[in-house]
Amino acid sequence: MGLPDGSGDLLSEMDGDAFRRLFPLQFYESHFVKSTRPDGRSLTEARETSSALGAVASADGSALVKIGSTTMLAAIKMEVMTPPTESPDEGCIAIDFHMPPICSPTVRPGRPADAAPVVSKQLSDTILRQVNCHSGMVNLKELSLISGKAAWMAYLDIYCLDADGALFDAALLSAVAAFSHLQIPVVSMNDEGKVVVMSEEQGGKEAVNNGKRKLTLSSIPFSLTCILHKKYILADPTAEEESIMETLVTVVLDSSGQLVSLYKPGGPVLAYTSVIQDCVALTRQRARELQAILDEAISGMEVD
Amino acid sequence: MEIDRVDGRTPNQLRPLACSRSVLNRAHGSASWTQGDTKVLAAVYGPKAGTKKNENPEKACIEVIWKPKTGQSGKLEREYEMILKRTLQSICILTLNPNTTTSVIVQVVNDDGALLPCAINAACAALVDAGTPLKHLAVAICCCLAESGYVILDPSKLEEQKMKAFAYLVFPNSLTILQEGGSQVGGEPMEHGIITSVTQGAMSVDDYLRCLERGRAATAKMSAFLQKSLQPLLSDD
Repeated sequence: MGLPDGSGDLLSEMDGDAFRRLFPLQFYESHFVKSTRPDGRSLTEARETSSALGAVASADGSALVKIGSTTMLAAIKMEVMTPPTESPDEGCIAIDFHMPPICSPTVRPGRPADAAPVVSKQLSDTILRQVNCHSGMVNLKELSLISGKAAWMAYLDIYCLDADGALFDAALLSAVAAFSHLQIPVVSMNDEGKVVVMSEEQGGKEAVNNGKRKLTLSSIPFSLTCILHKKYILADPTAEEESIMETLVTVVLDSSGQLVSLYKPGGPVLAYTSVIQDCVALTRQRARELQAILDEAISGMEVD
Repeated sequence: MEIDRVDGRTPNQLRPLACSRSVLNRAHGSASWTQGDTKVLAAVYGPKAGTKKNENPEKACIEVIWKPKTGQSGKLEREYEMILKRTLQSICILTLNPNTTTSVIVQVVNDDGALLPCAINAACAALVDAGTPLKHLAVAICCCLAESGYVILDPSKLEEQKMKAFAYLVFPNSLTILQEGGSQVGGEPMEHGIITSVTQGAMSVDDYLRCLERGRAATAKMSAFLQKSLQPLLSDD
């Protein structure tokens, strides 16, 4: 914006912290010219990412994911339902994303955050991908128990505990991790012909779904959000960066390299073909990193 | 290399466009935009004094309210509101009226595919009708990718459901862009830049780039139409 060129002189006179607060854009740009960012990362480097499976003991599948300080807790609860008549041999997945007031100072109690329904919708689109009956990550037919009679309803709830940018990336990773941790409960038919969850002691009854306790996840989606600012591309922004530079691009690629989503909701910077290709290349690299992190978390579980 | 479309259009052919301005009496600016059977009505009120909470008071704020044809607004409507708001923010000159709010109300009259692009075009025309200062216009289009790899433009609802993937793309208007020291950015003309991109369904990166190319070519025609329908207003002023 129209700030005098003297901001360089101001930098030398002013205290670093005051300069950051008064001229945030200039503060960031002075880092970008040196190909670095205030938190010490290079421009295209994502923050440290970790994922822990089984964070919620009472849920059927759960995961706690951290990207930098952005923290997401995802949990899946399975329930038996009667499938709708139009798809008798398919289960159902309901995805919800919550932003409680604990996650950010901009979220007020009682008033839902603006971002929550948008992220929630994006997650449903990415995970379910119900365009022309193409199944997404989870094959809904696997959630069927008895065709037309009983199927699984999976409630996936994701809670944002700390919102420090790249919410969608963290939410998607936690959802994927929770699905890979999911253990489907064993169910049996009771005397009235109803399908119920089998408890430990009723060993005598025959289980309906023996040997089908894990879902096969095909084409797992991984995402990376980038900020476009002038000629720079910044991967995995923090909340501060997101509030200063407004052009966000989220690319989602699945494990077979297909483009699942290229999401750019407006923003003052235009995306040219070359920029899009750069963002896709960065996402490809990031998808490999995330796959490794996920594999490590899964193998860690199996050792326990 | 031919694909049959239900209504007999060629893959690149758009449905008939119609745009009328100042359709509402009380609104500061309004427009209706029709693409085939999809029709959206947009009204602009403002700028009104003050900005909402959590908005930057040093800039003008844009508020978008999306009204579905029937029923309550849900997640989809909230997402569309956010996309529309950010798209309009990128074409408005926000520094001209700081600490004001402009409301854009979008009413869906009929949905027969390509709803979001239609709404973006309607909102853009309504902003022009209201005399809101804009950097340039925006033109939106829906590109669909069929199972066989064909790209078709401006699908109807029936076609949308049969497609493997689709992309909503918004480009800056290629005719009105002010030449600010040459509009070339990194070897590409400015109208090649994407303001907004929303995709659904899986496709390869190359297919996406093909959609971009086709969308870009088609928006040139739409830009010309938008300009033509807004011209009388501009000369009246």
